[in-house]
Amino acid sequence: MRSILTLSLVFSTIRLATPLVWAAIGGLYSERSGVINIALEGLMLAGAFTAAAVTFYTHSPWAGVGAAMLAAAFFALLLAVVCIRFKANEVVAGTGINILFLGLPAVLSGALFLSSGSTPQIPQDELLPTLSQVVRIGPQWRVLTDVSIVSFLALLVVGLTSYVLHWTPFGLRLRSVGENPEAADAAGIRVNRIRYAGVVLSGVLAGVGGAYLSIGQSSLFTRNMTAGRGFIALAALIFGKWRPVQTMLACVLFGFADALTIQMQGVVKLPSGEDVPVQFIQMIPYVVTIVVLAGFIGQSRAPGALGVPYDKES
Amino acid sequence: MKVLRDLLFPSLAVLCAFLAGAVIVALVGDSPIETYRLLLGSAFSWPDGIGYTLFFATPLIFTGLAVAVALRGGLLNIGAEGQLYVAAFATAWIGITFANLPAVVLVPLCCVAAIVAGAVWGAIPGVLKARFGSHEVINTIMLNFVAVALVGYLTQYHYRIPGDPIMETAPVGSGAHIPRLGAFIPGLPARIPLNIAFLLALLSSWLVYVLLWKTKWGYEIRATGQNPAAAEYGGVSVRREVVLTMAISGALAGMVGINEVLGYRYRYYDGFSDNYGFTGIAVALLGRNHPFGVVVAALLFAVLQRGGVPVDAFTQLVSKDIVLILQALVILFVAAEAAFRRGGRRRGAEG
Repeated sequence: MRSILTLSLVFSTIRLATPLVWAAIGGLYSERSGVINIALEGLMLAGAFTAAAVTFYTHSPWAGVGAAMLAAAFFALLLAVVCIRFKANEVVAGTGINILFLGLPAVLSGALFLSSGSTPQIPQDELLPTLSQVVRIGPQWRVLTDVSIVSFLALLVVGLTSYVLHWTPFGLRLRSVGENPEAADAAGIRVNRIRYAGVVLSGVLAGVGGAYLSIGQSSLFTRNMTAGRGFIALAALIFGKWRPVQTMLACVLFGFADALTIQMQGVVKLPSGEDVPVQFIQMIPYVVTIVVLAGFIGQSRAPGALGVPYDKES
Repeated sequence: MKVLRDLLFPSLAVLCAFLAGAVIVALVGDSPIETYRLLLGSAFSWPDGIGYTLFFATPLIFTGLAVAVALRGGLLNIGAEGQLYVAAFATAWIGITFANLPAVVLVPLCCVAAIVAGAVWGAIPGVLKARFGSHEVINTIMLNFVAVALVGYLTQYHYRIPGDPIMETAPVGSGAHIPRLGAFIPGLPARIPLNIAFLLALLSSWLVYVLLWKTKWGYEIRATGQNPAAAEYGGVSVRREVVLTMAISGALAGMVGINEVLGYRYRYYDGFSDNYGFTGIAVALLGRNHPFGVVVAALLFAVLQRGGVPVDAFTQLVSKDIVLILQALVILFVAAEAAFRRGGRRRGAEG
């Protein structure tokens, strides 16, 4: 086992956990406000495609990230309007957004790049930078400098979210409309306005997660490149009990499982001499979530009004 | 009046979705009219258009019924995708393991395998909800991924023919083949995979109707879906209903395996499902969770799916993925039904 627990495993874990953290923290804003967000997958895809396409045209990854945030926020707003204004079932509407982004990037890339679902390659120097490309520090810090800026920013976002949630009026309002909208309303809080903010924020952050996938971790957008990461992020959010730091740790755990899968391929053998089937490691996040939800590893309690539309009249 | 409204809202939703889709096609730079002509027109030629459309409709009827039954019972089954994968694999597993049995035994056995495997995979989130109160939506999503991994493992490590580069199992015994409809209908060539499972799908739709509206079981399912507290007060065990409803839902999704394995590929082919489980959600919603509505909605989506092929081939810029966009738009518009209802109410007040 020692041979695989290397530094590269640590890096790999950080790389794989980064998009999960962005999406899961995004999901946190939506769900703590009381709106189920299973559209994280689609919103990440929106971000990933937009980032790659915009970076291709502007040659600036930061323009790409900005556009990804805007695009994902726009579709999160669409989700919010459908769910909050028109009281659609949040799960159904989220599924709609997810299916939309199986199709929309493919159609757009066909029209823009005459390809069947992917964007052109983006040159290495136009991708999101690692720390070493931004600050100059000695080679002894190599370990840190190989990590993408976006990973550090993710850490920052987790800290900020923790602060916002517990120490700001907005955070208090967000939590109160998610737990008990009637009481929040009675206290003069505009319930649905806060919920709109929560859902749109989830789009902004999931968009960054998606952008990191296409112009950070790889160098182009490919069809359905999230491959379920939006759902793993959702799983991490539940495993993390809808709290920022725990959610991040869950993302790291799931990222680690993913990294381990990649490292173990062809290296670690079962006593019988066969490869360890990767499928069993791939199952981990999902099985863990089911187990946690069932209350076997501490109770994971959802926000009180999660999934319940708020209607002032009723 | 009620029937009229049941037809009106889905039609409006489809119309809006198509209009929004047309805008996207126009923005992309193609002609919406030409695209829709290709999308909708190719489904009605004989024999290929009609044959393939009905073939594509078959799995969507099953998954649409699965989602609809669950919704009638107050449950949202996002797990039809996982259920149909597990079931299709189980079907092939029986078909391979007992390959030498004669068709009279093997076909029913395989069908039972599909139904039971789907029911079991569907019942798991039901049990989890009944026993631990965990939400079926999250569990069905998670179980989709577990199902794909599990079946992928079994295919890759245990049931693949050694050396086969494709992720598929060995073929099932010839006794496990069910006839294609071309065998009975003159002019329908056997290469078109439309098979008896389509008739089974229609039969299932009727059976679901009978179950839900003509039996005590169905009454209890619907009562639980409408108001669990009242149902419990009325003597229904809500926990039992939750498990039962999810099992029936899973069984219906599992029957996709009959169409796929026994009627089409004659083996389990990894990743065969073209989002059938998720499209089933759209089908159920558009069909207003009524078994007959589900058939109509499944046919509509099958027409689009069939139409995607010529769209890919004959338009300049739009690809067949426009079908996915239309599906998504239909889901969003149907889900946001209140938008139409508001207008409807106002109109009602004026008249």
